Amino acid sequence: MMDLTFTEEEEAFRREVRAWIQDAMPEDMRQKAKGEGAFNPEDSATWHRILYQKGWIAPHWPKEFGGTGWDATRRFIFNEEVELSGAPPLSVFGLSMVGPLIISFGTDAQKERFLPKILSAEELWCQGYSEPGAGSDLASLRTTAEDAGDHFVVNGQKTWTSYAQYADWVFCLVRTDSSVKKQSGITFLLIDMKSPGIEVKPMLTLGHTPAFCDTFFENVRVPKENVVGGVNQGWTMAKALLGHERTILAMIGPSRKILQKVKRIAATRTVNGRPMLESPVWRAKIARLEMRFRAHLMVSYRTLADQQKGKMPGPESSILKLVGTKLIQELTELAMEVMGESALTWYNDGVCSPVEESIVPYFCYERAATIYGGTNEIQRNVIAKMILQLPSS
Amino acid sequence: MDFELDQDQQMLAKTVADFAKNESPIKRFRKLRDDDIGYDPSVWRKMGELGWLGVPFPESVGGFGGSFMESAIVLENLASTLVPEPYLASVVLGGMALLRVGNAAQHEMYLRPMIAGETSLALAYSEAQSRYDVSAVETSATPAGRGYLLSGDKVWVLNGHHADHLIVSARAPQGVTLFIVPRNAKGVNVTVVKTIDGQRAGFVTLENVRVSEDGRLGEEGSGALVLDRTMDYAAAAAVAQGVGVATAMLRMTIDYLGTREQFGVRIGSFQALQHRAVDMYAETELLRSISMAAMIRADEDDTGKRRSDVSAAKYQLATGGIWVAQQSLQLHGGIGVTDEHDIGLYFKRMCALNALFGDGEHHVARFSRASG
Repeated sequence: MMDLTFTEEEEAFRREVRAWIQDAMPEDMRQKAKGEGAFNPEDSATWHRILYQKGWIAPHWPKEFGGTGWDATRRFIFNEEVELSGAPPLSVFGLSMVGPLIISFGTDAQKERFLPKILSAEELWCQGYSEPGAGSDLASLRTTAEDAGDHFVVNGQKTWTSYAQYADWVFCLVRTDSSVKKQSGITFLLIDMKSPGIEVKPMLTLGHTPAFCDTFFENVRVPKENVVGGVNQGWTMAKALLGHERTILAMIGPSRKILQKVKRIAATRTVNGRPMLESPVWRAKIARLEMRFRAHLMVSYRTLADQQKGKMPGPESSILKLVGTKLIQELTELAMEVMGESALTWYNDGVCSPVEESIVPYFCYERAATIYGGTNEIQRNVIAKMILQLPSS
Repeated sequence: MDFELDQDQQMLAKTVADFAKNESPIKRFRKLRDDDIGYDPSVWRKMGELGWLGVPFPESVGGFGGSFMESAIVLENLASTLVPEPYLASVVLGGMALLRVGNAAQHEMYLRPMIAGETSLALAYSEAQSRYDVSAVETSATPAGRGYLLSGDKVWVLNGHHADHLIVSARAPQGVTLFIVPRNAKGVNVTVVKTIDGQRAGFVTLENVRVSEDGRLGEEGSGALVLDRTMDYAAAAAVAQGVGVATAMLRMTIDYLGTREQFGVRIGSFQALQHRAVDMYAETELLRSISMAAMIRADEDDTGKRRSDVSAAKYQLATGGIWVAQQSLQLHGGIGVTDEHDIGLYFKRMCALNALFGDGEHHVARFSRASG
């Protein structure tokens, strides 16, 4: 039966989570979470450790590997509460990408070797997919892994390896066979970033955040036991991983957070001598995006309800990335618009409010949202074929 | 949290969908466009016999004790082939208003026969200058003896041209009040007008129409609140129909892209058109998803919760729904703008749904007042 409410047990769980989060955050983090300042990588690491010690770092993992054993609804409530609290973001590469992939396809030895250190954040991960010549056409990647008996020798260049400068490990797609169809000669390989022959060159994003890197591999030795899913099975692994990305890239949490910030800024900035939040014109602009967010949220609720019943998400879940990334951009655009001339600010101290200072770099950074995780144009190609079953060209 | 219909609801959806497909394909609507009534009273009776007209009403008045959800299910499926019988006008507008404000005797007299399909209702709430404000009522109800005299003009009364009874909003000494009058009562004059979507409506003139105390629905002054609540049902109902319309248009457009050939290939292989189709799919799913929230919330007594989801849904119809309708025509090319192709009939229905019960701007303003 159609129902939008949570049960009393679920609501009790929500209260428990909410109370714990407030209790567990250090004071300075709590202030930043309220929008009084921007988080740094150290905040994320601290928050990771707090969740780890509580046993709540990976609710979406099976219990035997360190998950919480919660059902889909409790996981959803937990995520929602963490988002609403404004807590620092966690690195997704280990917890939400390579971790689940190792759980599904890794060997027992790989599970034992890698999973505990992802949970404890002893080892941080990054992703080595794109190359200068392989963006949307990822399968044309040219980084090679040459068979040298008990190990591979890796040569090539990966780009957009976000946070590689902080990472201990990288999961890569590499070419192991160039004599077959390009998708069939790719292998999913785990590489220790401390290996000799790896060089990381960070570059600034548009928001001047230290995310992007170029990563160079020169005769890097990688043991064969670091292959996940079998040699030349990398494309299958990549596709399996895309499924995990889909819910992250719906941007539900970030959208909710920016919406809150927009309202906070509009409450303090004035137009014609009155708070902007009292102006019908500005309220209407905010309302339009908030209503779109509600519709988008309902699509994600439908996906959640399917998961809760143990079913595969319906085809509508394919639009989550498309709609969510556009929405986060529109929300950051609105935030900039509400700021007026103050949208000029660039990493100043005390010129604008901390919440406003946090908007501008984020606005710049999230221009990437419609590009990363498969550009929205590539998403449309895929949906046209897979879901709408339109003819191939 | 759950978005699946229960077994009875699934059965209802299937029955109505089968009826629409087999007994009321779009060519039936096409034929009835030229009819004076615009629909078939015998089909209306049949809907009553099948129990569809009673789904949201309690058993005490002859209904089936369901929720608004069931009527939304009927509406969505009827919209898939543009079935013209006045379900929205009579069951949602007339019926839901009457249910909330009438007394037992009035329910017995007016609601029960409507549920049986023997009669139909219309809600005359809109006036030339009111623009979606249901409390902007100039029609007057002047006390006279043991009753009232009603005078004023009502516009765009859905099913007003054929309903047996009109529920009329009028300003009494204590405020906006609803009255029920027979369409053929002395002093009631109905002009039949045509609507964009090939249907009929009534412009109703009331000239000293005498109504007894028994014709007053509820206390004096209770009308505005009831109308406000009824408008939420109506907007949610329009969205349910919009989901049916958008889904049909998307399906027709995808079919067309998969068959029409130009430059020696099927046009659905062109990336520009594929991307447009995917965006249409996204807007349709957004509409379907928020429509589910609106259907559930329409019965919600908490005004804030009810309004925010109903308005968000009606706004998505005004933006995404209308856009899907427009792009469906565009992707059909020239044939899409001919009267002989069905896609245009759906387009015009979507336009009608958009214009009713608050347009996009109305719901933006309402949502923005409600949100913190």
